[in-house]
Amino acid sequence: MIMFFVRRLLTSSLVVLVSTLIMYVLVDLAIDPLEDLRLSTAPNKQQLIDSREALLSLNDPVLVRYLDWLGGVFGCFTGSCDLGTNWRTSQPVTSLLAGAVGTTLQLITAATLIAIVLGVLVGIVSALRQYTGFDYSITFLSFLLYSLPVFWVAVLLKQFAAIEFNTFLNNDPSVPLWFYAVMILLVGGFVTAAMGGPWLVRLRNFAIAGGAMLVTLLYIDLTGWLTDPALTIVGVAVGAIASAFALTTLSTGLRDRRALGAALTVAGLGIALYYPLQYLWYYLEETLLIILGLGVLSIVVGVLVGLAWGGPDRWRSARTAALTAIPVSGLLFVEQLLVNWERYSNSGLIRGRPIATFGRTTPNFEGSFWLETLDLLAHLVLPTLTLILISFAAYTRYTRASTLEVLNQDYIRTARAKGLTERTVVMRHAFRNALIPLASIVPVDIITLVGGAVITETIFNWFGMGKLFVDSLNGNIIDPVMAYLLIVAILAVVANFVADLVYAVLDPRIRVNA
Amino acid sequence: MTMGTPPSQIPQDTVENAIELKDVEGLSQGQIVLRRFVRHRGAIAGLVALGLITILAVSSIGVGPLPGWWKFDPNTPNNVINPGGRPTLGMPTWLGGGGFAIGDAPFGQDEIGRDIFARTMLGVQTSLQVMVIIGLVAGLLGVAIGAAAGFFRGWIDQALMRMTDLVITFPVLVIGAVLGKLAGQGGVFLLALVLGLITWTGLARLVRGDFLSLREREFVDAARVAGASNFRIIRKHMVPNAMGVIVVNTTLLMAAAVLLEAALSYLGFGVKAPDVSLGLMISQYQSAFSTRPWLFWWPGAFIIAIALAINFVGDGIRDAFDPRQKKIPSQREMERAARLESSQQ
Repeated sequence: MIMFFVRRLLTSSLVVLVSTLIMYVLVDLAIDPLEDLRLSTAPNKQQLIDSREALLSLNDPVLVRYLDWLGGVFGCFTGSCDLGTNWRTSQPVTSLLAGAVGTTLQLITAATLIAIVLGVLVGIVSALRQYTGFDYSITFLSFLLYSLPVFWVAVLLKQFAAIEFNTFLNNDPSVPLWFYAVMILLVGGFVTAAMGGPWLVRLRNFAIAGGAMLVTLLYIDLTGWLTDPALTIVGVAVGAIASAFALTTLSTGLRDRRALGAALTVAGLGIALYYPLQYLWYYLEETLLIILGLGVLSIVVGVLVGLAWGGPDRWRSARTAALTAIPVSGLLFVEQLLVNWERYSNSGLIRGRPIATFGRTTPNFEGSFWLETLDLLAHLVLPTLTLILISFAAYTRYTRASTLEVLNQDYIRTARAKGLTERTVVMRHAFRNALIPLASIVPVDIITLVGGAVITETIFNWFGMGKLFVDSLNGNIIDPVMAYLLIVAILAVVANFVADLVYAVLDPRIRVNA
Repeated sequence: MTMGTPPSQIPQDTVENAIELKDVEGLSQGQIVLRRFVRHRGAIAGLVALGLITILAVSSIGVGPLPGWWKFDPNTPNNVINPGGRPTLGMPTWLGGGGFAIGDAPFGQDEIGRDIFARTMLGVQTSLQVMVIIGLVAGLLGVAIGAAAGFFRGWIDQALMRMTDLVITFPVLVIGAVLGKLAGQGGVFLLALVLGLITWTGLARLVRGDFLSLREREFVDAARVAGASNFRIIRKHMVPNAMGVIVVNTTLLMAAAVLLEAALSYLGFGVKAPDVSLGLMISQYQSAFSTRPWLFWWPGAFIIAIALAINFVGDGIRDAFDPRQKKIPSQREMERAARLESSQQ
């Protein structure tokens, strides 16, 4: 095992070293730092060119400059990183990178999580309903999303989901009739097709799902929810109890009364905490750390509640209760955000146009923790949506393919033959095994996203890694480009390594030192 | 399952097998694949759409020196027909328009009166050209490198695969941007060639994997015993057997290539201005979206149409080559097969 690590480390370092050399030469060929001076009409043109050549030592051979750059990189091992400078602004690249990495991580975290959860969910249902209308529709949808140019979608989103939506919010919004019809048909149809069954059951499901949608929309329309949203305790209660039932169904099945009881206890705790929390938020100086701490605390409480319910499989109840704690605490968090929404949207810098198309935060915007979080979220919505649209299709296809592969295995037939319930077969035998191939794809995908959110960052003007790369390459500045390429190369190598390891851990048939 | 079940003396399996057998009886492997492909409705629709788009793009404005039937040139400014260059394409009345009409500039004109239909068609030609060149270059390179690595193994495999790892280190968009900046000035052809040189990696890995298992098969030993040279074994015996992997992945690669070129041109690292590309058009016109949305709709629509069509064709080919793909026979087919079976007994 240690031999495997050492060998892998050596070859990986070599790959990174060689790839930086090649890229340094290529980037050097591709850019022309004298571009602006060549077209200049200044009388001292030659002098300017000479001074810049001296500044960037352009007269040295490219290999000498590469070694010089590499020397600075190796300084990182001794604690004095020197990745060069942006010679136009003479900022050191290390400080440029620090901000860019944070911005990019902020951008892709939510998008990746949502895309994986949704993609896996839809992929599995699509595989379970192979060759049905649902499957064909999802296949078509994922092909369509595959074929969408990101930059095109992003511009459309800016226009319709931001500019026109803001205008809509500003003019005393009410839900139009066609929206009712479309949403009820869409949601009802989706749920019905995903659940399947004979047509009477389908009709019932359609009625339930469409009816729920109709009630929600009516509520939104009649209470002026669009300008002053709030879940209220009723909304939180409905959401908490519904997620308790849903997660118990997936986790242990509803026949496990103890697990259901534990989940419902957690939901009840959340509802009971609704009013006390309002006081807490009022007196507490919130920070992100406190909020995250409360989130973790809620999961711990969930585990404890599950254990307290006891029984022969107390950990099953604990798992279910802890899972339930996540959406319940999430609902309470969202509620507090929504309560602050009106204040945010009417504040002086926003002026009732909440959905932002540009940048990471509103410049000069200051307020409480909740208002600043809302500001960040309002800026995150569109780029996140753009990134989700692309990744969602890929994850759906992967999951569908691997689930179909697993469902054809003999052990699934054995599980069915043993008389296990469909839930156990799907969730325990199929789902877990279908995730194995995904585990080797996800790390690589995330890294690609870190390096490859280039277009999204450019369009929405987030000063992340991708934008740093594009701007520097356009501005003929080699050092930030190389720093970016170095980081992407290291991340790619690490991601492949992690993918191999995860695969080996999850699938004992794979030998690591092979 | 009470009314339409087949007579009980014939087991379900036999009926299904009979249907399957009838499909493939007396056909060669190629014919089976072709037949499955033709039956794939999505794939045929994609193929037809791609053909129509190609014909439209090539015949309307012509290629190179050959003139087309469309009256405007993509790059010469004309008189603005509608105010602001609005499209003359009219929706039929039942769609809420003012009667169907094509007019002189159906897709509209830009701010200096250049015809958007002609420009879009030129952009489509660029996309198709890039797609074909990348498909050819990356396909050939991928097959050659993957085949060599998988067939010869040993140090050749090691060297080639480490080289592949090297190229894979970077996201295609990133390395494409660097190379695109280098090759963009050299015109569309050079750009496509260079992009082909970096997109072969996935195909090479898959072909290598296929070849590693193929070279252990009996027919390869048989060919070698019969005295065939390495090159002949690869060309005549192994590549045809790996054709499924090759064709499917080359198609998918071509779909990705269309989007890659568009993205690079959008970022300014791809096709450069006098040349026209759909991505470049979107990038040039995106700020005018609220005033001249037609400048923006058409190039995007054609990128989607091309990529979607190829993706569907690729999906059809994959299904056609995959023997495990089995469509569940409908109730009617089962009954008919059962009747046939019982009448033969």
